[in-house]
Amino acid sequence: MEKRTSESAKTPNKEAVLQGNEACARGALYAGCRFFAGYPITPSTEIIELMSSEMQKCGGAFIQMEDEIGSACAIIGARWGGKKAMTATSGPGYTLMQEAIGFAAVTETPIVIVNVQRGGPSTGQPTMSSQQDIYQARYGSHGDYEIIVLCPSSVQEMYDFTVRAFELSEQFRTPVILLADEVIGHMREKVVLRDGSKNIKSVKQKYVVSPQADFFQGENTLVEGQLHDSMGRRIGHMAAKSGEFINNINRKIKDHVDVIADIRTYFMDDADVAIVAYGSVVRPAIDAVKLARKVEDDRIKPKLKVFKDLLRKGVQETINTDYSHLKVGLIKINTVWPFPEEILKEATKDVHTVIVPEMNVGKYCREVERVLRNKKVIPMSKCGGDIHTPHEILDEILKEVGVDE
Amino acid sequence: MNKLYEKYIKKESLPTLFCPGCGNGIIQTAAISAIEELGIKDDIACVSGIGCSSWIPCYYKLDVMHTMHGRALAFAEGLKLARPDKKILVFTGDGDCLAIGGNHLMHAAARNIDLTVIMANNYIYGMTGGQKSPSTPKGSITKTSPFGSIDEPIDGCSLVMALGASYVARWTTAHPMQLAGAIAEGIEHRGFSFIEVLTQCPVQAGKGVHGEKDPAAILKKYKEGTYLYKEGREAAEGKIPVGVLRHDKNAVEYIERVEAKLREQGIERG
Repeated sequence: MEKRTSESAKTPNKEAVLQGNEACARGALYAGCRFFAGYPITPSTEIIELMSSEMQKCGGAFIQMEDEIGSACAIIGARWGGKKAMTATSGPGYTLMQEAIGFAAVTETPIVIVNVQRGGPSTGQPTMSSQQDIYQARYGSHGDYEIIVLCPSSVQEMYDFTVRAFELSEQFRTPVILLADEVIGHMREKVVLRDGSKNIKSVKQKYVVSPQADFFQGENTLVEGQLHDSMGRRIGHMAAKSGEFINNINRKIKDHVDVIADIRTYFMDDADVAIVAYGSVVRPAIDAVKLARKVEDDRIKPKLKVFKDLLRKGVQETINTDYSHLKVGLIKINTVWPFPEEILKEATKDVHTVIVPEMNVGKYCREVERVLRNKKVIPMSKCGGDIHTPHEILDEILKEVGVDE
Repeated sequence: MNKLYEKYIKKESLPTLFCPGCGNGIIQTAAISAIEELGIKDDIACVSGIGCSSWIPCYYKLDVMHTMHGRALAFAEGLKLARPDKKILVFTGDGDCLAIGGNHLMHAAARNIDLTVIMANNYIYGMTGGQKSPSTPKGSITKTSPFGSIDEPIDGCSLVMALGASYVARWTTAHPMQLAGAIAEGIEHRGFSFIEVLTQCPVQAGKGVHGEKDPAAILKKYKEGTYLYKEGREAAEGKIPVGVLRHDKNAVEYIERVEAKLREQGIERG
């Protein structure tokens, strides 16, 4: 079930303690990103700030645009000028970028957009985390298109998944969304960084519907937002050709879930209950598994102390509950879109209950329900900005599964 | 087909979608004349927004980016920053540029970034059937001002000059040679070049804006309703100034400023 992300580069590594946002920016530079356009918005601002010095130091171009729409458009323009390009934002800014995302999808422009999610809707909760934008990341722009969305759960993954985002965007000639959240964006952890720059090549033919060269290669490229043929000429007035184009653009990604999907499993071999989690919620989810399976982990002990402090503030007493009969495992979704239908079915074939903790009203759970019709699928929505605790997750499982199993 | 068209126009994409009598064909020819005059066919790319005039470059044998409504300048800035060694020619219209694109226009002008913008001003939203635009003269009857427009029109040239554009010119489709000259001058100029072209839209703007459906009559109005601007010269009453309205050769261009700052900071480009 284990699948690798990007292969290790044969360059020397170094360690640092970084903030998630910082790791993301450094990952982009390592991946060969040489253009950044952005606009400040909490909790993504650290990315643009770091890029304003580092991007230029490594010979790239940086510009703070007048708004997020301009940022998303500028990175598309830069990519056709031959420079790998990225922007970073949060909820309100991400909403503004939707038209450009659709444009990038239909013109097959490789770009990376980082959304460090915060509480919404609207201005919402600028400094609190959420996972509310998961459907928007998939369906935010008008029209029928597919897109690749990665959810990091650690600072290391902010680095690694940003690199993978550039790889996937070039491989499939598509925008790729790095869907982080404030918890991961702002936390600080040890990261292993790679020196130098990865040489990510663009794939012209294999996954591309309308292969076109970058500008200034003498190819008279026509980048066209209307539905078009391989030469960029519009076909929107021809229904059959248009239908074919839409199907091809979608199938380009949908048919290759096996290449794109990155799903990790923990303690699933004998599990009866599976937690399906992505992004920051993976952290308490994995601790829940370790608690139930009585895995010795030094990092969990300090957290129990925090819970005891919380108890004094009136949080329900669960500290002494015995979870040891629970055979719970974790399915960690690194690539939330395209939805890894077959992998999920395979991973859960021997479980009877699946629980999906999310920091939203229960969005990804709907996808899990849709695909696992013969399983008990329990949504575990937590809105407001507080992340689930391991005990909350285990208590919810206990409620469903019963005390004696 | 004449030699210029043979070299620059994609025959297989013809006929153009322009209406009979549209001014876009004149702008189309003026632009490629300028490119040919400068000999930079291999070093220039076009970016356009959405609207009739944004279709002009789609027929060219050049690299062309036909982008989103109002956003051509943002795309163009990204492309320019990725390839500062090349020239970028932006095609936009009065609606695309002054309404939805107003913010990007302001900031591109303020940066004085090296782009050449051709804003075809037909005083209307032509592609969508004749709604008023920010430049539509007060009193015009359009599809969204059925009782006569109540708004004072916005002047793109004044706007960009106020913000820092270093080359600003205005011509009309009744001045095709001068237009080609201004486009060439604008491209050569290192800075934000803004060229407004008053153009005729006989089908959608003819009756309600000009009181004339005949394109030749509209061209005559453009010829007679304009005067050649010269600094210090008195403005002609009731006429629109055409010619070069500003050519500041001393304004420092955006990318030059970025590079100067990096050099000053001792930043070695990697």
